[in-house]
Amino acid sequence: MSSVVNDTKIPNNVDLSSDKRLQRALEEWQPNFINWWMEMGPEGYQADDVYLRTATSVDHEGWAHFDYVKMPEYRWGIFLTEPVKDRTVGFGDEFGKPVWQQVPGEHRNTLRRLIVTQGDTEPASVEQQRLLGQTTPSLYDLRNLFQVNVEEGRHLWAMVYLLHSYFGRDGREEAEGLLERRSGNPDKPRILTTFNEPCEDWLSFFMFTYFTDRDGKYQLLALAESAFDPLARTTRFMLTEEAHHMFVGETGVLRVVQRACELTKLDPNGDARAQGGIDLGTLQKYMNFWFSSSLGLFGGEVSSNAASFFASGLKGRAKEDQYEDHLALTGTMNIPHFKDGRIIDESVPLRMAMNEVLRDDYVIDCQRGVDKWNRAIKEAGVDVELTLPNRRFNRGVGLYAGQHFDPQGNPITAAEWSARQGDWLPTEADRAYVKSLMTRPVYEPGKMAHWIAPPKQGIKGRPVDFEYVRHTV
Amino acid sequence: MEHSAPESPVRFETSPAQYRHWRLEFPTVAGLAPGSVARIVMDVVEDGGMRPGYVLKLNSYDLGVDIELADAIQRVRFEHPAVRAVVVTSGKDRIFCSGANIYMLGSSTHPFKVNFCKFTNETRLYLEELSAGSGIPVLAALNGTASGGGYELALACDDILLQDDGNSAVSLPEVPLLAVLPGTGGLTRVVDKRKVRRDLADVFSTLAEGVRGKRSIEWRLVDEIASRSRFDAAVAARLAKLSARATRTATGEGMALTPLTAQRTEQGTAYSYVTVAVDTSRRLAEITMKAPAGPTPETPEALRAAGCAQWHVAAWRELDDALLDLRFNHLEVGLIVLRTAGDAEAVRSADRSLLRMADAGDWLAREVVLLRKRVLKRLDLSAKSLFALIEPGSAFAGSLFELALAADRIFMLDDGESKTTLALSPMNFGPFPMSNGLTRLATRFLYDPTVVDKLRAVSDPLDAADAMKKGLVTFAPDPIDWGDEVRVAVEERTSMSPDAMTGMEANLRFAGPETLETKIYGRLSAWQNWIFQRPNAVGPRGALTMYGKPERAVFDVRRT
Repeated sequence: MSSVVNDTKIPNNVDLSSDKRLQRALEEWQPNFINWWMEMGPEGYQADDVYLRTATSVDHEGWAHFDYVKMPEYRWGIFLTEPVKDRTVGFGDEFGKPVWQQVPGEHRNTLRRLIVTQGDTEPASVEQQRLLGQTTPSLYDLRNLFQVNVEEGRHLWAMVYLLHSYFGRDGREEAEGLLERRSGNPDKPRILTTFNEPCEDWLSFFMFTYFTDRDGKYQLLALAESAFDPLARTTRFMLTEEAHHMFVGETGVLRVVQRACELTKLDPNGDARAQGGIDLGTLQKYMNFWFSSSLGLFGGEVSSNAASFFASGLKGRAKEDQYEDHLALTGTMNIPHFKDGRIIDESVPLRMAMNEVLRDDYVIDCQRGVDKWNRAIKEAGVDVELTLPNRRFNRGVGLYAGQHFDPQGNPITAAEWSARQGDWLPTEADRAYVKSLMTRPVYEPGKMAHWIAPPKQGIKGRPVDFEYVRHTV
Repeated sequence: MEHSAPESPVRFETSPAQYRHWRLEFPTVAGLAPGSVARIVMDVVEDGGMRPGYVLKLNSYDLGVDIELADAIQRVRFEHPAVRAVVVTSGKDRIFCSGANIYMLGSSTHPFKVNFCKFTNETRLYLEELSAGSGIPVLAALNGTASGGGYELALACDDILLQDDGNSAVSLPEVPLLAVLPGTGGLTRVVDKRKVRRDLADVFSTLAEGVRGKRSIEWRLVDEIASRSRFDAAVAARLAKLSARATRTATGEGMALTPLTAQRTEQGTAYSYVTVAVDTSRRLAEITMKAPAGPTPETPEALRAAGCAQWHVAAWRELDDALLDLRFNHLEVGLIVLRTAGDAEAVRSADRSLLRMADAGDWLAREVVLLRKRVLKRLDLSAKSLFALIEPGSAFAGSLFELALAADRIFMLDDGESKTTLALSPMNFGPFPMSNGLTRLATRFLYDPTVVDKLRAVSDPLDAADAMKKGLVTFAPDPIDWGDEVRVAVEERTSMSPDAMTGMEANLRFAGPETLETKIYGRLSAWQNWIFQRPNAVGPRGALTMYGKPERAVFDVRRT
């Protein structure tokens, strides 16, 4: 087992001090990262002590350390899960051969693009969320936001580590590029559209961490199968941290749901808005928006890129072990196509459908949280059921882009779409309303904003009213 | 029936004593000094093919025949300084040469056909260079019919004399008989060199029986016709005229070209100045060429005394042999990594003294320069990717830097201490034009000719940073990146489609003007290689397949 080094500025288990190339590259990159963090990281809290977890090892037990830290001093480390002895390629044309410890020249450009695309999402989300702290519903939530932010920062480090270690000068240039692009900036936007959408309110933040970070989870699961072993090991460890981000999303939405139910019942007309809360109808619209937008991140339903990634061993299916056929040369998948006004299943060679295979797993996973939310609604005695829209609804990428479908997936006309869009997706008025609830931060330990219920418990055994962020004004 | 490759590796070394198909003679010609005419006589042994399965009837040729011709031309250059004119003729009655053997082509793999055609094209151009570069004009004395490759061989000579016997003709029957193109520059030379009117050329190229007698003169296909009885006299008269034009006016001893020192194994070849390491699993060959080890000749006398084992000659003959070996015997090698080793200043000093002797008119020095020019062209024209690696201890200077300039990419180590350098010499600015007629530097900096002028003034060795700034290298990784950058680039290159690489490189290497050579290697060869793959030629009912069979070819009539 490679030993963990924590006494250097960059905690790592990659024997950084003996790798001249990496050390030099990271030393040059680090100040630029800090500059980026100061410019684009959480605004207004860089001097605060925040109760954060820091990854310090790759042990299942006790991999992280919790303590107060000022975010710019956070110890962004580099951790890969321990190598699996004699690991072989788990899928595709190279199935059964030894995994690669170096980038094969043949796949250099493709792998670099995959890693850059993944890496670009990490700083993008920090940028999207940089003003959120100023409207935090509680110190608990503020801390969670920062936890997510610093870990997205660490995930950026993880990708930069790969770029620096294995992709030479091109890799270093790409690593610089990751700090140069800016979410939402029309001149130098982030690579994926969803990561240029503003995340201006906390409901969006919870939706983002639930739906969009979950796409990240599935992309990481697919990359964790990669024949390029350093990528597989890096992404496996990232998944450990990613779980918390989805926890933040799932419990965040749950608490909004709980509060919405309370306020619904409190109001004589059953109107949570009248009680100054977020109503379940609005919440459903936000779900519709973020779910459909995140679905696009999986790419086209029928994709030769996906087939080629699979064939060459670059990107597998989530938990490839669960499948029996790792070549996927003979199977097919039925994918509904929309033709001449009708939806017709068409059989697609399985390798061409790999994006859809991953999307299937994602949709099932998304539904689990929705079920929990619905149970809470039921327990509260409110007669509403939240649903995920059909995956054809509101798609900007893939087979269904440019067509109109209702949330049940039925084709509708453009006129119907524009007439009913506001019933299904947040309107300007909805967004303005949600924002109007979040104009002031709540800094008093244990106190919650009016529109959200408190969490069931605090962090790492600390009480809910623990001072998770020592904010200095 | 397709042979994957000749069973045993093709070897390119031979000598007049070993020729089976040619004779190199020095006849006495009336009115000319003894030894001033070399006669290269084609007399192909029918059952002397390189491999079984075909009979070399009617002075048809295969690669083995052409290897001897190439050797004969080289011998005339180096070993026979008194020669002032060459005549190429046939040792058979009423047939000059009927071109490449059809059954040989029909039973060859596509890669072999392409390599064969390229080699024969190079040899034809060497004949032309014998006249243009060495000042030794060449006469084709067609004492019988010259068809297909036979007429193309004649086209590569300065003058063509055709026997007028009511039967001997010149022809390019490839299109009408075989549905392929004349593969050794015939179409190009007919219109570009002999300037035959295009409509007449069109008729000629579709007329299987060809053209003879007076019409062959009217159509500019030959320069002279002579009856059987007058033929020898006409040859002598033409040779007298040609030798009067010769600019080679040398006397004395030539330089004997003795066999190369080469230790050949499965893993490559060790010559005296060149080593080739073949890594089949990585589809890679690494060629390392050494700089001269000690002082090189400063005077014509010393140049002669040092013989063909000296660096000036041996290193480049070895590289030539290595390239041919890789082309024919290592098809799976997709990439050649070019390295040099030794004292870069020794290369520059050798360059300077050689050029000084050549400029002063020494014929041997000139031949040495021309040899190098041909070998470098062979490198340009090899269908392998070329990467040059400039590392500590390398000798990429002057002539050896041309290897790098011929490469598709140049990697130079930026060691941070300016220990790794490259250097230019006058050899980079003229003596080694490419097929396009430009130097490699001029081709490289086609966007701004003044760059080359400025480089001419650079005398000091350049380190990686400087070389990068001046556009002389592609990448300059530092020691930490070097290993990986090179490894990944190599792996990436060999993972790409070999066909796409061949086509891409041929397109990118020869920017600038079109010449007869670029047309032959580009337009003609590319079309030929396409036609060679098409069903109309090689399909089950294609013309090449049906040749010599009772049934006729059937064409897919759609024009592409």
